[in-house]
Amino acid sequence: MKPDRTPALLGAILAAVVAGGLLLPQWTLFILTLACAQGLVVLGLVLLQRAGLVSFGQALFYCIGAYTAGGLSRAFGTGDLFVQMAAGAAAAALVAFVLGFLLARYRGIFFGLLSLALSMIFYGLIVKSEALGSTDGMNLVKTTLFGVRPDAAWVRYAMAVAAACVALGAAWLTHRYLRTPLGRLSPAIKDNEIRVEYMGASVRYAIHVNYVIAATLAGAGGALAATTVGHIDPEMAYWTTSGEFVFIAILSGTGSVIAPFLGALVFGAIHTVAYDVSPNTWQMSMGLALLAAIVFLPDGLWSLFAKRKTA
Amino acid sequence: MDQVGPVLVDGVIYSAWLFIAAVGLTLVYGVMKILNVTHGSFYALGAYAGASLTGAWLARGYPPALSYAVLLGGALLVTLVFAPAIERGLLRFMYAKDEVVILLVTYALFLILEDTIKLIWGVNPYFVAEPYALLGSFEVGGLKYPTYNLILVGLALALAAGLAWVLHSTRVGKLLLAVIHDPEMSRALGVNVDRYYLVTFTLACFLAALGGSFTAPTVSVVPGLGVDVIVLSFAVVVIGGLGSLPGAALGAVIVGLVRSVSVHYMPQVELFVIYSVMALVLAFRPRGLFGLAEPRKI
Repeated sequence: MKPDRTPALLGAILAAVVAGGLLLPQWTLFILTLACAQGLVVLGLVLLQRAGLVSFGQALFYCIGAYTAGGLSRAFGTGDLFVQMAAGAAAAALVAFVLGFLLARYRGIFFGLLSLALSMIFYGLIVKSEALGSTDGMNLVKTTLFGVRPDAAWVRYAMAVAAACVALGAAWLTHRYLRTPLGRLSPAIKDNEIRVEYMGASVRYAIHVNYVIAATLAGAGGALAATTVGHIDPEMAYWTTSGEFVFIAILSGTGSVIAPFLGALVFGAIHTVAYDVSPNTWQMSMGLALLAAIVFLPDGLWSLFAKRKTA
Repeated sequence: MDQVGPVLVDGVIYSAWLFIAAVGLTLVYGVMKILNVTHGSFYALGAYAGASLTGAWLARGYPPALSYAVLLGGALLVTLVFAPAIERGLLRFMYAKDEVVILLVTYALFLILEDTIKLIWGVNPYFVAEPYALLGSFEVGGLKYPTYNLILVGLALALAAGLAWVLHSTRVGKLLLAVIHDPEMSRALGVNVDRYYLVTFTLACFLAALGGSFTAPTVSVVPGLGVDVIVLSFAVVVIGGLGSLPGAALGAVIVGLVRSVSVHYMPQVELFVIYSVMALVLAFRPRGLFGLAEPRKI
């Protein structure tokens, strides 16, 4: 068995963010922080994808996380990044635990459609609710870290480092989970569910657990995105947001827990460059990139690295 | 307060619109097993083509009575330009891939078409109210309704009857049913399956474009028009059962009535109710109200 290099790689990336972040301009740190938020959501999608499930409604949990952060911010004036992320993750996990009993029975296109329907229900609720600001959404109080507001010149850097710590920590935990017997069950479920059942494992239980973990990650990601941007609106639950996450998941591939963050970063880079070059055709560039990824990199960006290793 | 009349009329009109907008989606899924996200793009393309061509037609002083033919022609034009190119140029290479992957391919195409629309028509809204205003209005329970809406209802009924007739009473339709049940066997027996795929895809896109172009006179045509239609059409065809024509009709009627009731009595829950119905149907009858059970494959 090959030695597990992922923890060392995660550590190296964190060191690179801490050191490299000092040299990077402010706007790239912003993109980096957002990529951490999206990467968290996509990490969850990748967990589901390993079991052969694609959710077209992950924006539900992303938005729940964001609105939990928004609610904390409005009700208690809490702007602490870690408190918001923990609360967002907990709220999403709770909802996923309940919904999981239903969704764990679904496969293929029906899993996708039901998760889509659920996210649209949530969208329909918040878009019409005056208390949550309906279509305008709401603003959040300024982010603090452990109750301290960093100096204006350092706030982007501090947030990027904090986000990277949480994101890479989550990636490490997920990596550990994937090496447990339960975590190793997912690819088997994708291959042949009935054999898994005959082996004595419960497919529904495994999917339920994956679903709750995925939602927890998405909730944390939503809260991080909310406090980074400082504004939330119902669009965060709309199907196009879910579509973007699936896009990044396809771009990343399921090869490693680091892949989703790489994918999110590449997505952010394509998005920023395309928008900068031609504001009216950035979606076209994104569409072409997605097509290219599906046709030329069916196993995602990570397959570029994995292949090189074996060659 | 007696609102039953208006609720029913609104419900029927909205159902008709939903059926026209969504029936193509179920057709493509039924025949090709593709959940086609570009369906919404064709809706938007149809709306833009209808609005801009009708606008040009009226600006030249041609008879407004013929503008309905222009709406139809506009939908046909954009479909013939884009749909065959998409099916022949891209989708046919994807049929071997997983359903979900094909869905993502159409999502990518949707992103591309969104910007194509902006490149062709710009970002300013288009208005053509003439075909809408021309027909006057009728009254139900004290509320005025534009007669134009009756065209939508007539169109929906004609489409439903036409599709049912083609599918069950013509040679082409029966061959298409054979293709649906077993594409490989049909191919072996000499049916040109590729051509059926091409025609089905084009026809379905035309229906979406038709929905868009006949809606164009009632709204202002702006970028992002198709985005809502996609997910609404998904709801309609999922409720009825993916791939089922009577299902699409039933789904359209259910969503249409549900929406109309909620708009009249509790407008703030409109979207919530529509997608709740979709979730409930998926929870209890995942293959939709008219969907058939599929044997589990080992």
